[in-house]
Amino acid sequence: MANITQARQALVARILDKKGEAPQAQRRAAFDNAGLTGALATLIEKVAKHAHRVTDDDVAAVRASGLSEDQIYELVVCAAVGQASRQLDAGLAALAAASGRK
Amino acid sequence: MRLAILDRGHRLGTKILFAIIRTVSRHPVLDVIKLVKYRPDFYRAAAVTHEAMRGPSAWSVGDRELMAAVVARNNECEWCTTAHSAVAAGAYGDRSKVAAVLADLETAPIEEPLRATLRMLRKLTREHTVTADEMRAVLAAGVSPEQVEDALAVSFAFNVTTRLAEAFGFAMATPEAFESGAKYLLARGYR
Repeated sequence: MANITQARQALVARILDKKGEAPQAQRRAAFDNAGLTGALATLIEKVAKHAHRVTDDDVAAVRASGLSEDQIYELVVCAAVGQASRQLDAGLAALAAASGRK
Repeated sequence: MRLAILDRGHRLGTKILFAIIRTVSRHPVLDVIKLVKYRPDFYRAAAVTHEAMRGPSAWSVGDRELMAAVVARNNECEWCTTAHSAVAAGAYGDRSKVAAVLADLETAPIEEPLRATLRMLRKLTREHTVTADEMRAVLAAGVSPEQVEDALAVSFAFNVTTRLAEAFGFAMATPEAFESGAKYLLARGYR
């Protein structure tokens, strides 16, 4: 069986817990898609729920709010990994319930 | 791409690598390469993606690339759907099977365990959750719990990647460039 558990933990720990251009609390909020406001909240909600609807204007609005490109890059990565993590956890929970494992 | 840093912000050594890629492949550097080579210390995608797509599994490489394409399609990511359809077609040696799955999962000529798994991934990708009953249906189709976990790993990797492709605005490449990328991924994997 392929085992991504460790690699996933390392990926999440890196983007949330270590040094970044965006403040740690903001990266956590983007990962959770919770507690953000304004243009950044709009962008992160789209990345989490329907990323194909992100527009040039969405990104421009966040840039205009004062965030650097590196900060936007980090926060979008956090949002994408966060939503995919919640999906994976939901899938694993359903599997555990269905198979009676763990 | 919507962030200029992802097009032009790479370190000198990486820019030199891109020049080599352009020369050898005779194609522009695919935007996904620009993404994963930008601050690889921050977004370490390779370990997760390589293990999910090429690590030990009862699923074939073709099956897993097909799962990636189905996740991409259900996230409406044309870039990733095109890219991983090409890899799946190469792995299977069968382009029509991949096209049939993307056109209509219910009538496509694939085995029932794979069909049931793709249905579950479609639901999880579209609605962000899946029920125990839906998971029981996958197991009842003959899919082992380990295979479900492997499919969920593919889903994780591509639910990240497709979001980044759409949010950052990957530029579509030519069919020839995607074919070239597919050959590379089949030969070398994601590391």
